[in-house]
Amino acid sequence: MLKIDKATMRFGGVVAVNQLNANIKEGETVGLIGPNGAGKTTVFNMVTGVYKPTEGKIIYNPDGKKDIDLTLLRPDQIAKVGICRTFQNIRLFKELSVMDNVFIGNHLRLKSDVFSSALRLPAYIKQEKEFMEKSKYLLEKVGLYEERDEKSFSLPYGKQRRLEIARALATDPKLLLLDEPAAGMNPQETQELMAFIADIKKEFKLTIFLIEHHMEVVMGICEKIYVLDHGVLIAEGNPSEIQNNPKVIEAYLGVE
Amino acid sequence: MKNNNLLKNIIIIILALALLFILNITLDSYKVRIVNLCSIYIILGLSMNLINGFTGLFSLGHAGFMALGAYTVALLTMSPQAKEVNFYMEPILPFLKDLNMPFVLALIMGGLMAALFGFLIGAPVLKLTDDYLAIATLGFSEIIRIIIINLQPITNGALGLKGIPPKNNAFFAAMLGQTPKINLLWAGVIAIITIVFMNLLMKGSYGKALKAIREDEIAARSMGINLFRHKVMSFTISSFMAGVGGGLLAISLGTIDPTLFKFSLTWNILLIVVIGGMGSIKGTIISAIIVTIGMEALRFLDESINLGFMQTPALPGLRMVVFSIILMMAVIFKKDNIFKSTLKKARGRYAKD
Repeated sequence: MLKIDKATMRFGGVVAVNQLNANIKEGETVGLIGPNGAGKTTVFNMVTGVYKPTEGKIIYNPDGKKDIDLTLLRPDQIAKVGICRTFQNIRLFKELSVMDNVFIGNHLRLKSDVFSSALRLPAYIKQEKEFMEKSKYLLEKVGLYEERDEKSFSLPYGKQRRLEIARALATDPKLLLLDEPAAGMNPQETQELMAFIADIKKEFKLTIFLIEHHMEVVMGICEKIYVLDHGVLIAEGNPSEIQNNPKVIEAYLGVE
Repeated sequence: MKNNNLLKNIIIIILALALLFILNITLDSYKVRIVNLCSIYIILGLSMNLINGFTGLFSLGHAGFMALGAYTVALLTMSPQAKEVNFYMEPILPFLKDLNMPFVLALIMGGLMAALFGFLIGAPVLKLTDDYLAIATLGFSEIIRIIIINLQPITNGALGLKGIPPKNNAFFAAMLGQTPKINLLWAGVIAIITIVFMNLLMKGSYGKALKAIREDEIAARSMGINLFRHKVMSFTISSFMAGVGGGLLAISLGTIDPTLFKFSLTWNILLIVVIGGMGSIKGTIISAIIVTIGMEALRFLDESINLGFMQTPALPGLRMVVFSIILMMAVIFKKDNIFKSTLKKARGRYAKD
């Protein structure tokens, strides 16, 4: 589904990501781990078009038909082909209501132009109703329906994280990128999050690519794990392989 | 619930129309002029709020777009004779001389002219952000003004255009035996249409997308919103409204010249937007009315004032100083919304007791 082919990202003299190869199959949950500054978020930024890789290709193929080179697309076009993300340092539309945040996730599917929207033509009204229903459903799903009219910045941290996921789901993604979804959560919340991710994955038929520091999350839900250190891929494999990989233990978990 | 809202809105609109109608008949010509100006400033304030308040782009090019609208409307509504009288330095281009349109059509053309330029200017400029965008749009607005000064055969240059046919309420005046004065209904109805349009636009999906761009461009982009397309769209609509507002201003003043569309005109509108609150439709309406009436009410500051023990000399422009101070205060103390924050504070005070 997603193939990162020798992608390299340089910022001046700094090589943030070096010759990264990765392959994500449809329906998988793939983890990306590594110490701070290893270049994990840069990988996400390359996939979602925020950064253009200096070298290499990122091939996306959602339905087995045509290959799409993501390095040639803008972030909004990438969202339209079905890749959506959350952010490490939560980026909600702060002053807008919880409902509006999710509603905006639907906007990319809107067919009407701005005038039919302002004139409330039937085609627009119909689609708006659809969006409202979907937003409502998603808010119920993440348990934020009660808070729908509150401004999103007033939500507690954990709920903001869930709202970000709901907003991303509103864009109908096929591949969902989660950047540290469990950051700042206590063990119980983390457990709930894991169940939640498994749940949405099943319901929306998602492929999930996630960055996480909580080892229990990564080991618990990922089928495949990539380990980055200083921008270089040092290991890949299933959780037990990664846990026993001496390179990983040395670079990431520390040397005894 | 929803139907109730619709009903409420319709009633408000009908009441506003009735009020306009009554004011139109009862006020004297000086007061009618002020109310008319209020309507025009509501249109202009909303137009600027769309781009500065809702989309979060700091644009200072309003005077330029108003000038485009004003000149288009003036040239399309003036009679060939009036044009001949105006263009005594250099004759007007022949095809322009006989060009004449009904008022409403001319107004739409004025809006379209401004929108066209808004689109052309917006496409390159909207890649910039923050202060850079402000400087670029400010520059373009001045360029438009300079071009108008130098296009003698089309715009009559620095001499300006005089004798733009006014829209009077001759019909009602004749019925009531009054002298004709400005017909409030034109600007008033267009202001109401603008308010309704803005409300519908901002409530819809596009309005929310624009607000999303204001809140966080990176997140908006990642949610599939084409930033550039939406920004240009907002800028073009805003220019259209500015053009219409400029056209109405030309009609109500009867005379326009390039000095009218200096940068200070943009400041006046910015003052309305900042006092009313960035991204607030209600606030803009209220502050447009307050600022316009205030400008008139503070006229005494320009004249010599008798303080009892001494007579101050006349200081033309003193009221502008006062308004600048008000603008500074508004920016320093009430960054987001002067009305909302005052209300919040008042509520907070009562809640504590």
